[in-house]
Formats: sequence, C-alpha cells, structure tokens
Amino acid sequence: MSYIEVNNLWKTYGDQVVLENVNLSVEKGEFVTIVGASGCGKSTFLRMLLGQEQPSKGEIVHDGKPLAPEPDQHRGIVFQKYSVFPHLTVLNNVILGVEFTKNRLFGKLFGASKKQAIEKARVLINAVGLSHAENKYPHELSGGMQQRLAIAQSLIKEPEILLLDEPFGALDPGIRADMHELVLNLWRETGTTIFMVTHDLKEGFYLGTRLWVFDKLRHDLHAPERFGAGVTYDLPIGRCEERLYESIQTNVDNTARKAEAA
Amino acid sequence: MKRLINVHPQPALRIGLTLIPFVLALIAYVVASDIRLQENPNDKLLPGLTAIGDAIDRMAFQESKRTGTILFWDDTLASMQRIAIGISLSALLGLVVGIGNGLVPLIRANLSSFVAILSLIPPMAILPVLFIVFGLGELSKVMLIIFGTAPFIMRDMQQRVLELPPEQLIKAQTLQANTWQIICRVVLPQVLPRLIEAVRLSLGAAWLFLIAAEAIASTEGLGYRIFLVRRYLAMDVILPYVAWITILAFMFDLSLKQLSQWLFPWYHKK
Repeated sequence: MSYIEVNNLWKTYGDQVVLENVNLSVEKGEFVTIVGASGCGKSTFLRMLLGQEQPSKGEIVHDGKPLAPEPDQHRGIVFQKYSVFPHLTVLNNVILGVEFTKNRLFGKLFGASKKQAIEKARVLINAVGLSHAENKYPHELSGGMQQRLAIAQSLIKEPEILLLDEPFGALDPGIRADMHELVLNLWRETGTTIFMVTHDLKEGFYLGTRLWVFDKLRHDLHAPERFGAGVTYDLPIGRCEERLYESIQTNVDNTARKAEAA
Repeated sequence: MKRLINVHPQPALRIGLTLIPFVLALIAYVVASDIRLQENPNDKLLPGLTAIGDAIDRMAFQESKRTGTILFWDDTLASMQRIAIGISLSALLGLVVGIGNGLVPLIRANLSSFVAILSLIPPMAILPVLFIVFGLGELSKVMLIIFGTAPFIMRDMQQRVLELPPEQLIKAQTLQANTWQIICRVVLPQVLPRLIEAVRLSLGAAWLFLIAAEAIASTEGLGYRIFLVRRYLAMDVILPYVAWITILAFMFDLSLKQLSQWLFPWYHKK
C-alpha cells in the first residue's frame, strides 16, 4: 500500500468529462510536479487532493484512509494568489495556524502562549527570508515575498502533504529561480510530500522527483467534452541525487518487504 | 495639446475650481434676495443674510421663552440620538445577517431571498404601520431608520463576504480553522471596513427617513422644526437648519472615513 493511492478516479461536470480513470500511487516524501495544457484537469486533480472538490467516481486514499471531503490541516496549500490574509501582518499571518489550533473558541492567542507561537513562527519566517518584513502587511510585499509568506504560513501546520497550485506563475523569472531553491530546501528539510501544478514544463522538470503530464488520451473532434484527460507521462526525474538515491532505496525496501510478506 | 481627459489641474487651480460653484450659489442667493427685498422689504421667501443671522442667533444662542432651553441644540441632540441609534442597530443587523448569508450556505438558502424582498418594500409606505405598532414615540422613528437602511446593509455585507477570495477560506481551513474561527479571524476583520463604507452610503437614506418621521410625529428634532416653521414661511430658520443638517451629514461621513483609515490601514493602501 502506497502513501497516497488514486484508484479509478473520474471527474465529470454534467456531460463534460474532465478526468477519466486516473490510477496513481505516490510514496511519502515524493515531490510530484504536474504539467499539462489548460483545462486538462491538473488543477481539478489538485483540488480533489485538497478536498475542495470530490471525485465523481473512484477515490483517493491517504495513509490507508479515504481523504476527508473538505480541506483540513493535513494538507497545506499555496495558491497562485490570495493565499495570505491582507488584514494581517507577516507575523500574524504565520502564527494564525497555531492560534486556530490552540484557541478553538476565537482563534486568538495572548500572553505566554502567543509568545511561544511567535517563536515558532519566527523560525519559519527566517527560513523563507522574511525576517526583515515581520511587521509588514501583504500589500507592502512584492509578489515573491507574498508567496514566501504563503509557504511559511502553510508549513507552520507541518502538513503531511503540501499542494502548490501554480505558485510561481505570476513571478519574474529571477525571483522564480530563488523560489525554486527555497522550495527544494524546505522539501529536503521537512520531508513533506509535495504536489505542484505548473504551466512551465521546464520548471516541472527542474523541481521534484517525479513528473506527471495530464493530457487527453482520446480526442473526439465533434464532441471535445466526451473524453477526459489522464496521466500520459509519469516520469521519474532525478533532480537531486541524494533524493533519487533515497527513493531507489525506498523502492528496494518496499520490494524487499513485499517479497518477505509473500 | 493634450486630450481633455489627460489635463489635471494644479493644486491651487483645483481648490479654486472646487470653490467656484459654492461661491456662485451664494452670490446668486444674495442677489436674488436683494432684488426681492427691494420690491418688498417684508418678503419672507428669500431673507437677507442679516435676517438669517438674527434667526440663527435667536434659535441657537438664546433660550426659548416657552421651554427655557435652546431649541436649536434640543433639536440637534434629539435628531442625532435617533439617527445614531438607528444606524448603529442597522449596522449591527447588517453585519450579523450579511456574514451569515455570505458565508454559510444553509443560512443563505434560508434568509437571502427574504432579505432581498424585504429591501424592496418602500419604508415610507409602512411608516403608518410603524406608528400604529410602535406608537408615536422614539421607537417608531428609530424603527423607520432601521427598516430603511438595514436591508441594504445586509445585502451589501452579503455581497462583500461573497467577494472574499475563496482561496482565503480554503487556506483558513487548511490551518485548522472551524467556521466560527473563520468568522472571527478572517471574515469579520475584512468586512468591517466595508461595513463602514455601507454605513456611509446609507446615511443619506437614514437622514431622509429621520426627517420624514420627525415631520409627521414629533415634538422636537431638526426635521420637526423645519416642518413646524414652514407654517409661518420662516425661511430664515429653515435655511440655516438645512445647512446645519448638511454640515452634520458631512461631518458624519468624514469622521467615518477617517475612522476607517485609522483602524484599517491595510484596507486603504492595497
């Protein structure tokens, strides 16, 4: 049993088939990049992983259990925009995740518990390089800094799965390269399983351990909505040799375990 | 030569242009008043500035012989109280119902259409109902203001909540927020500046309903006074009262704007 299993997944909106018969399995700690043309269901797939949308048929199993049908703290998300709260400073945006958990009534901490949360948040704010902007509001930050903030905000919950929906699509190329380094570093440090949707094939190849291409397998010229997309390529990519080594190790271990069980 | 839409006035010119219509209106009044007064020194329709000054002195600085108080301030206090209570309750109702309708699908299914229909009832048409049900005292006047402004604020707030990016609500859920926490920490702080905007927009209507209610049944109040002295064609009292209401409305609006900028800097700079 893999960490995440996608079994027989279909997504339809009325007559329109978006995804058809998707079957995938992902191991813990993988970094999956998802590319594909617009409308090929990659964002829909991500929304189903998030719990924002439900499969029409089939299921996604996480750690042996079906995914909860609404977003929760096990799955972090960074959108292309609107991920951070405009009425909160950088620091308050990041501690929010702790406040929601610790004060179930109003989601606001005071005194010692707040100090604790701030210390925890500062580590992450430092990790994404925003220490100098701790007390700024999002509108005072550049697009790249806002995305850094969104990542820090998600990571404070230590999510098992981190979903990135075209997170760098609106950024300048130079900034984007910095963000790639940041994400790779955080991924190595936290060991989170990451799914990232991108428009940019090069980015898809550069980041991650595995690349999925969502595309239509069949075309009907007269009724383009008849057939949905599936995964046409599922490529292992060896961006980081250490990771590749580990993943091979994991595979070998898994095979060994299976052999022993058989 | 630049296109007209690209010509921006310098600060001095802009202030001058702003002042021109006010000055012109004042001059037009003084001239017209002069012409009428030359024909008939007892004309009441367009009293001269000195007559208006006398009326202001009489109403605002001297005790009334009948009540022993200063009528102008009695009227102001009474009207301000009614409008403040009315608009505050409207804002509170608008906030609660608007957030419920905007954020919670079950509440929206339950109340949204009802509020929409409610807002179509002309408030003046049910003023008699309010007088019958709530009597001729303060309550019916406040109720008219609430009835006239709350449905608008409710609908506006609902719209503002629906306009919040869905990404934010999802993000909050991934941070383990429950519905009530989302209201407290995500929705409420973001719609409060919008509530102030909605209140500013509905203040005009609130004044309208206040003066209408005071005109019909009251014993004091700015609207009451205007309609009372109308019987004697006392334009020298009516005009300063109208100007005073305008100034009050302007001050209300300005202070709400300042309050919003002071409380919600992030909202005004984005």
